[in-house]
Amino acid sequence: MDIYSETILDHYQNPHHAGSVSNPTIKVSEDNPLCGDKISLELAIKNGVVTDVGFVGTGCAISQASMSLLADELIGKKISVLKKLKPAKIYELLHVPISPGRVKCALLGLSTLQKGLKSI
Amino acid sequence: MKTNIQKDFPILKRKINGKPLVYLDNASTSQKPMAVLSALEKFYATSNANIHRGIHTLSEVATAQYEEVRKKVAKFIGAKNEEEIIFTKNCTEAINCVSFSWAKSHIAKGDEIIVSALEHHANLVPWQELAKEKEAILKIIPITSDYLLDLNAYEKLLSKKTKLVCITAQSNVTGTIVPVKKITAMAHAIGAKVLVDGAQIVGHSKVSVRDIDCDFFAFSAHKMLGPTGVGVLYVKEKIMNEMTPYMYGGDMVLNVQDQTATYRTGPWKFEAGTPNIADVIAYGTAIDYLNKIGLAAIAAHDHKLLAYAKKVFSKYSAVKLFSPTNVGDTASVLSFTIDGVHPHDIATIFNEEGVAIRSGLHCAEPLIGRLGVSATARLSFYLYNTTKDIDVAEKALKKVLKIFKVK
Repeated sequence: MDIYSETILDHYQNPHHAGSVSNPTIKVSEDNPLCGDKISLELAIKNGVVTDVGFVGTGCAISQASMSLLADELIGKKISVLKKLKPAKIYELLHVPISPGRVKCALLGLSTLQKGLKSI
Repeated sequence: MKTNIQKDFPILKRKINGKPLVYLDNASTSQKPMAVLSALEKFYATSNANIHRGIHTLSEVATAQYEEVRKKVAKFIGAKNEEEIIFTKNCTEAINCVSFSWAKSHIAKGDEIIVSALEHHANLVPWQELAKEKEAILKIIPITSDYLLDLNAYEKLLSKKTKLVCITAQSNVTGTIVPVKKITAMAHAIGAKVLVDGAQIVGHSKVSVRDIDCDFFAFSAHKMLGPTGVGVLYVKEKIMNEMTPYMYGGDMVLNVQDQTATYRTGPWKFEAGTPNIADVIAYGTAIDYLNKIGLAAIAAHDHKLLAYAKKVFSKYSAVKLFSPTNVGDTASVLSFTIDGVHPHDIATIFNEEGVAIRSGLHCAEPLIGRLGVSATARLSFYLYNTTKDIDVAEKALKKVLKIFKVK
């Protein structure tokens, strides 16, 4: 199957939840120094539940689409549940084969989220 | 140039994703001809023994073969003799050897080291560390908007405080060929020593260290058809005598007592322990192979491919090339970006077409930053590449533009 599916390209070129949120509870940035991919993520949290999400990033289609797909999943979710999110969930969302060389791209969004959740 | 060179390289028969392999990542490492692979097998099958220590036949044969390659390397780069040739594990170790064995005892607080904006991390990070340790100052020669080294700026950086100039002979990102002979003469005029990083140029065109007149010259075997695990450091004979070993142990010693030891002289002082015997010997075969084809023919072929690739890729308005205008100022390396497509995605799609290219920072992060991009994709050529390979790369490029809907 082609790695550049319509879904991946659509999320890359028109990312969902692009931008910032008002009164964010968490602001976190993460990068992949090997290839220069970067993501800055903002989350608004109320009573342990995500109420809003926004991100900006630069990088390859896989890293940015992966964050966009993940952002779609976050609103309404409990922090305790998100803290347990595994890479398998990301691969399921991407729904394309990820070669070993692209694993870090695929998981950049997840590691940004985990880094942010650790801070609260 | 000799036709049908491709048949000497077994890996080129491979298919990648069902497509014939088009290998355009030669600036990372080159492929190996059958002759080099056979030399490795032959050594282990017929002459394997440790060197410099046995008096049995195999040890004598292995020693003679290993030392023969030192002579071959000396001749290949125009050194005075084999006593100026140190074997290391790669070009990076060769550069670090200069730092640990020479610079540590010759650079003091307030002294200046000059590097260029074109350097690979291998010829930048060791000097950052040394400057920190010695409280010396690291200065950087900028590049012009045409990706050439700014020689006027270099002239202004030189002063009585300059002790060492570390300069690449060719950029692994822009392909820029650096006038190292001129740079060396300017440094020598104020009494500074010069280290040239020749990793991208040796094996691609004729190099003479005596003509350049540099004090140190570092390169690696694996980028010039040899095996991985072998690097070379050329050091001018009289400077080598001033250097102290950076590794101690067996083979590099003359006499050892309980509390003290004396050391061998020349390159052998720097080769502690069992060296990479088999790979050095097979590297000798790589040099023979290159000599047979001829460095002038290889250089002309490299230039022809680069000129063709520039012509083909510059047809596309979304493609930006990072290459000096004059093809004569560059060779064998072509970095590019495509508007709206990350270089990793370019490399992935090229790979789907069987085309191996490099993408990312190319171990030259400060240079990529200066180019104003987060990464580039890079084509790099060698003697077994053809204009047909570039046509396949163009096909892959068209696929990238189509998938990402780039106009």
